Amino acid sequence: MNIFFQQVLNGLTLGSVYALVALGLTLVYGILHIPNFAHGALYMVGAYAAFYLVGSLGANYWVAMAGAALIVALLAVLSDRLIFHRLRNAPPLHDMIAAIGLLLFLEAGIQAIWGAEFHRLAPPYPQIVRLFDLVAPAQRLIIIAAAFGLMFVLHLFLTRTLTGSTIIAMAQNREGASLVGIDATKVSVLTFAISGALAAVAATLFAPINLIYPSMGHLVIMKAFVIIILGGMGSIPGAIVGGLVIGFAESFGAFYVSTNYKDIIAFALLVLILSFRPQGLFPSGARA
Amino acid sequence: MTSKTLQKPLLAVLLVLAIVFPMVAANDYYIYVMSLAYIMAIAAVGLNLILGYTGQLNLAHAGFMAIGAYTVGILTVDYGVPYWIAFVVAGVISAIVGFFAGLLSLRLKGHFFSIFTLCVGFMIYLVIEKWDALTHGTVGIIDIPAPTGLGPIRFDNTWSQYYLVLFFLVVSLWLMSRIVHSLLGRAFIAIRNGEDLAETLGINLMRTKVLAFVLSTFYAGMAGALYAGFVRFIGPAMALESHTFDMIAFILVGGIGTLFGPLLGAILLTWLTQSLQFLQDFRMIVFGPLLILLVMFFPQGLIGYWRERQARRAAASMQDRRLQRSVIGQQQEVGTNA
Repeated sequence: MNIFFQQVLNGLTLGSVYALVALGLTLVYGILHIPNFAHGALYMVGAYAAFYLVGSLGANYWVAMAGAALIVALLAVLSDRLIFHRLRNAPPLHDMIAAIGLLLFLEAGIQAIWGAEFHRLAPPYPQIVRLFDLVAPAQRLIIIAAAFGLMFVLHLFLTRTLTGSTIIAMAQNREGASLVGIDATKVSVLTFAISGALAAVAATLFAPINLIYPSMGHLVIMKAFVIIILGGMGSIPGAIVGGLVIGFAESFGAFYVSTNYKDIIAFALLVLILSFRPQGLFPSGARA
Repeated sequence: MTSKTLQKPLLAVLLVLAIVFPMVAANDYYIYVMSLAYIMAIAAVGLNLILGYTGQLNLAHAGFMAIGAYTVGILTVDYGVPYWIAFVVAGVISAIVGFFAGLLSLRLKGHFFSIFTLCVGFMIYLVIEKWDALTHGTVGIIDIPAPTGLGPIRFDNTWSQYYLVLFFLVVSLWLMSRIVHSLLGRAFIAIRNGEDLAETLGINLMRTKVLAFVLSTFYAGMAGALYAGFVRFIGPAMALESHTFDMIAFILVGGIGTLFGPLLGAILLTWLTQSLQFLQDFRMIVFGPLLILLVMFFPQGLIGYWRERQARRAAASMQDRRLQRSVIGQQQEVGTNA
C-alpha cells in the first residue's frame, strides 16, 4: 500500500512539473506555430537563476522562485523580440533552426559560467510529512500543490480576464483576432513571458529533489514535446492531462518494469500512440 | 552558362588540391582533422538530402550515424567480423532502421516530424547507453580495428586513411549529384517546394519521402562506419542531437540544398573550431548565434549566395546584350531611313 502510494506521489510530482513545462510550450506553439526547441534551455536557466539567487545572494526559496521566473520571462520575451518576431515571415524551417541556435547558445553560456558539473539546490523543506501510516517528503507535496495552484490561476487568467482571452483568441484565429483589434505584438510578448515564467517555476520547484546541470533541459523538453503531441499542440487541458499521463507512466514503469529504461517509456508511448493515431490523442487544436 | 563551363575545371582543381593536401600539410594532425571533416561532410551530405532537397528537418541523423558506427564496432570487436563486411552491414542496418523510422515519422508533417525525430534520436542514444550487453554502455567501444588492407593497399596510417576517406567522399558526392539531378531528385525538390502541388503532379508523397529518408540514413550509416574505423573509439554521446545540430550548421553555412554546401561548411567550421581550440566546449557560444544570424540574414549559405550572384550577373549581361541589340537595331533603322 505504502509503496503504491509512493509511486502515485512520484507520478504526481513528475507529472505536475512536466505539465508546467508543457503548458509554456503549448502556449507559445498556439501563438507562434513553432516548436520552441529552446524552451528546455529556458527551464535550465530558470534552475540556475534560482540556484544563484539562493546560493550566492542568500535569497529565500520563494523569492528566488519569483526572481528566476522574472529573469527567464525577460529572456523569453527578448528571444521573441530579437529572433522569432523577425523570422515571422520566414519558412518554418528557419524558426526551428534559430530556436536550436538559441538553445545551443544558452547551454554553452551557462556552462561557461558555472561549468559542466552538477549542482544542488539545498532543499528548503527537508521535512517528512506523516499522515496515518503514509509518509511523504514535504518538497514533493509543495511541488504538487504549487504546480496545480499555478495551473488553476493560469486557467482563471486565460478564461476570466480580457487580457487572457486575447491569448486564446490569437491562438484560435490570428486574422480574426487582428480584425477585432487585438495587438499581436502585445499578445506574443505576454505569451512568451508566461511561458518563460512557467518553465522557471517548474525548474525551481523540481531543483531541490534533482540535480542542476547544463543539459538538464534535454530530457524535460523532449518529454514536454511528447506531452503536447499526445495532448494536441496548443491544447491547454491536453498539456495537463498529458503531463500527468507521462508522469504516472514513468513512476510506475520505473518501479514495475525497469529503472534503467524509465526515460524511454515516454518515447515508447509516443511511438506507440502515433503509430495508431498520427493526429495525437486530442486533436482539438487551440482551445482552453 | 559561365558557371557550367567553369564547373568541371573547378572541380578538377579542388580534387587535385584534396589529393595534394597531405603532402603539403605541416603535420599528421592536420591530415587527421581534415579526414574527420570529410567524414562529417559525408554524413552532412546525407542530411542535406532530406533537409535541403526534400525539406524535412530530421533531428535523428546523428543517431543513424551512431548506429552505423556501433554496427562496425560491435561486429569487429565482439564478433571478429572483418572490417569491410561490417562496413557494408553498417550501411544496410542504418538504412533498415531508417526505413522503419521513416515509415513511422513521415506520417507526421513539418514540426511534428522534427519533434518526433528528435525523440527517435534520443531513443537511439538511450538504447545505446543502457543496453550494456550489446553496446558496452557508457564505456563505449574501444580498440576498433582500422580498415583492413585491400590487396596491396594498407590503411594503417593517417595518410592512407585520408585517401580512403577522400575516396568515399568523392563517391558519395558523385552519387548524390546523380540522385539530385535525376527525376527522383526533382521529385524530392517538388516535395520541398510544396507537398500538395507535388502530390497533384502524381508524386507518391509517402513513398518518395521514405526513399529520401532511407538514402539519407544510409549515408549516415556509412559515415558512422568510416568514423568507427578511423577514430577507433566510439561512445553513446555520438548519437546525441548536438551532433545533428553540428551538421545542420555545416549545411547552413555552406548552402542548404546545394551539392557542395555541406562539404564546404564541414571543412570551414571544422577548421574554425580547430583554430578556436580554447573554445572547444564553448564552441556553441559562437555556433549558436551564428546559426541564428545565418537564418536571419544569410539563409542561402555561401554557395547559395555565390549562385545567386551568378544568376544575377547572367541576367544582367543578358539584359545588356538585349539592350545593345535594340540599340544596334535602332541605329540600323536610322541608317536605312537616312
